[in-house]
Amino acid sequence: MNVVVCVKQIPDPADPGALDPGTKTLKRDVKLILDESDTYGVEMALQLVDKAGEGSVHLVSMAPNNERSGLATALAMGAASATLISDPALLGSDALTTAKLLAAAIGERDGVDLVISGSESSDGYTGTVPTQIAAVLDLPSITAAKAITVDGGQVQIQRQTNAGYDDVTCSLPCVVSVTAGVVEPRYPSFKGIMAAKSKPVDERTAADLGFDAGQVGWAGAGQEIVDIAAAPARSAGEVVEDDGESYTKVIEFLENLKVI
Amino acid sequence: MDEYRPPLTDILFVLREVAGLDEVLAAPAFEGIDDDSVEMVLTEVGRFMAEVVAPTNRAGDQHPTVRNPDGTVTTAPGFKAAYDQYVASGFGAVPFDPRWGGGGFPWISAIAIQELMTSANMAFALCPLLTQGAIDALEHHGSEEQKDVYLPKMLTGEWTGTMNLTEPQAGSDVGALTSKAEPVGDGSWKITGQKIFITYGEQDLTENIVHLVLARTPGAAPGTRGISMFLVPKFLVNADGSLGQRNDVTCVSIEHKLGIHGSPTCVLSYGDNGGAIGWLIGEEGDGMRNMFTMMNNARLSVGLQGLAVAERAYQQALAYAQERRQGTAVGAERGTSSPIIDHADVRRLLMTQRAWIDAMRCLVYANAAAIDRSKTLAGAEAEAAREVAELYTPLSKGLCTDVGNEMTSLAVQIHGGMGFVEETGIAQHYRDIRIAAIYEGTNGIQAADLVGRKLPMRGGAVVGEQLDLVDAVAAQLAATEDLKGFGQQLEAASAATRRATQWVLTNAPTNPNNALAASSPYLRMLGTVVCGGLLGRAALAAGAHADADPNGFYAAKRVSARFFGEQILPLATALEPAVTAGPDDLFALTPAQLG
Ligand SMILES: Cc1cc2nc3c(=O)[nH]c(=O)nc-3n(C[C@H](O)[C@H](O)[C@H](O)COP(=O)(O)OP(=O)(O)OC[C@H]3O[C@@H](n4cnc5c(N)ncnc54)[C@H](O)[C@@H]3O)c2cc1C
Repeated sequence: MNVVVCVKQIPDPADPGALDPGTKTLKRDVKLILDESDTYGVEMALQLVDKAGEGSVHLVSMAPNNERSGLATALAMGAASATLISDPALLGSDALTTAKLLAAAIGERDGVDLVISGSESSDGYTGTVPTQIAAVLDLPSITAAKAITVDGGQVQIQRQTNAGYDDVTCSLPCVVSVTAGVVEPRYPSFKGIMAAKSKPVDERTAADLGFDAGQVGWAGAGQEIVDIAAAPARSAGEVVEDDGESYTKVIEFLENLKVI
Repeated sequence: MDEYRPPLTDILFVLREVAGLDEVLAAPAFEGIDDDSVEMVLTEVGRFMAEVVAPTNRAGDQHPTVRNPDGTVTTAPGFKAAYDQYVASGFGAVPFDPRWGGGGFPWISAIAIQELMTSANMAFALCPLLTQGAIDALEHHGSEEQKDVYLPKMLTGEWTGTMNLTEPQAGSDVGALTSKAEPVGDGSWKITGQKIFITYGEQDLTENIVHLVLARTPGAAPGTRGISMFLVPKFLVNADGSLGQRNDVTCVSIEHKLGIHGSPTCVLSYGDNGGAIGWLIGEEGDGMRNMFTMMNNARLSVGLQGLAVAERAYQQALAYAQERRQGTAVGAERGTSSPIIDHADVRRLLMTQRAWIDAMRCLVYANAAAIDRSKTLAGAEAEAAREVAELYTPLSKGLCTDVGNEMTSLAVQIHGGMGFVEETGIAQHYRDIRIAAIYEGTNGIQAADLVGRKLPMRGGAVVGEQLDLVDAVAAQLAATEDLKGFGQQLEAASAATRRATQWVLTNAPTNPNNALAASSPYLRMLGTVVCGGLLGRAALAAGAHADADPNGFYAAKRVSARFFGEQILPLATALEPAVTAGPDDLFALTPAQLG
């Protein structure tokens, strides 16, 4: 069972992030960490490989400045190896370009049974990359997975819906994006951290993957960020004092929101 | 609101620029371990502590450990699960010998891990902290067989360790203890007696506990010379490593305390049913010396608690100062209500905490680096490092725990009335850290150790050399545009400390009370000046990064060091009269007149 997991390395959400007013994108010249929403995919992949009793987890990540800190975390969790796509020419790449590059790096590998990714990154939130990768690789795409079971050449997926979940069966290989919070990602152990140091990380530039500078980065982006605005600050909530009847107020509140 | 953010950048800065991590790692003993490995480990440890351990802190306070009628102890909700994850992480083994399953890292990395864990939850962290102290004592003084049987499980944390000195009549005066050990004849001993205040003496986190117990053998000399150290496991260990018979040691009660509610403080009774089986560690009569290995280790860790809890409280105070609005700050639009962080006096509270936290971190990590160097260097260099470690230990313990108390008090102050009510959680830190000035040798005992044992090393030359280093830093600071004032204050403080040192050295021989009366202000004075020297180094090092400082981190370090130098350090200079006053007025009043 060979699983590739696409992981993103992002600025630490705990540090107040900054937008570059010139490019209207997030500043990424700080130390990056593994996107928390990708830890679920890594965990699921590790569990699938454990269960299969053979194979390994390979990571693919595209990041500025040859950043590896986030990869180090995923390798320390137990992934075996990684491909890091990093190239100054990639600055400004949009979601589709990113998907093409990730797909090219995945395509380099033989015997990939399954590609896993998060549903959306915690810094960009486009949510489009997983399906785009599937399209580029011409593989089936299943989104919003909350559980994955592999059975022979088939994969069974519980696909989260508003009402509950759908059972989906699909042939392998395919691309599955997983919902955050559905498994308990392991913490890297000391041994895992030390072992990660000697795990191979192959670096790739755009050219290595067959792209020329005009196809990637700002030049190749088919999407333009027209404007950015700060999210409205969260306003203070309404406090309901419980006088024994407060549930009526809660019901009224929810009815007004039309959620019940 | 009481989330914990691991201050990794701050810790790495001190490791690299003040404690000399590179130099420590250059030793052959640490081959294969580089700066990068340390950073990777600390990054993951920080995340683990923040996400797994820190959320248990409040629960530990609100649900104190309980002793059940059958003598078992139940820890607070969440402690067991967090502890299991800690064991699985292997972080407890990082600084120990690979022979027993350790990671072979320097002690300074253990101190960084302890800081992260203690900030996350001091009461929880005490258990691994004591285990590590017990490992250290066993590694140094245990037999090969004892090491083989106990160390591997203690390194993982599957078994924990305790230290058993205190008895009702033997607190600061350990030599007064009366617990007994009788030889059985087969190499084992029967231990009887009662120990009080034993941290994690009983718990539900692990299947076994390894008690290191001080007791007297038949015919032993009185006082500390007649004390031996015994290894007494809660469950005896069979030849195949499995657990056998329950030993005759029971938890008869636990204390209700001002703070660290999550840490069980136990009265342990040994030998109610004929005697607990124990094994001698090292030689008869060497118990005090052996226990000092553990105590020195633990004293640094307790000093570190002052830093760690001050850091946690500061993070919360800083967040509150930005949320709470009161009054209109100078320069703010009329009629608006300003966040209290805009008031000068609140700024002072914050800057004082920030500067002292930086200072404490320098001292504690420099202390740990000296311990590492004393082990990895050879000859005169090793000896010099050992002297520094010996001198710094009472400074770290005494100064950092006193200051930890003061800084958590300032963090409460920032919360105003909300600081005094329990709701915000800030009061917990203030209550928790209070014990650190008391256990592991009260700060009074630390001060006595400083003037009685450490200052006299080489006739005061060890202290003198430290002040020489301080003076060299002061000169560099004085020649640096924005640090001139710091340099001048540091020079003045060092000169005053030299005079105070000389006074103690000269006057101690005529009357020991000259030194003992001076001891506490002297510890504060010397400790603060040593901190000043280390912070001066940090400020100069930060200057070298001025060109690549996108977040202003290094510039901020420099300002906080300067604040310490110009506004806190002079308080140490002002202690000279208290050091040199002598004991007369302390004893001028009779107990009746004191009333
Ligand atoms: C929560 C907690 C956990 C503890 N954990 C442990 C543990 O795990 N293992 C263990 O063995 N012990 C433990 N202790 C005991 C602790 O180390 C002692 O309480 C401490 O050493 C002080 O002893 P004492 O309480 O008898 O105070 P005392 O010795 O009675 O001291 C009272 C006061 O007199 C001062 N004083 C006493 N003698 C002198 C002197 N010669 N010169 C100057 N001043 C002096 C002290 O500084 C103090 O201010 C713990 C205590 C507590 C409260």
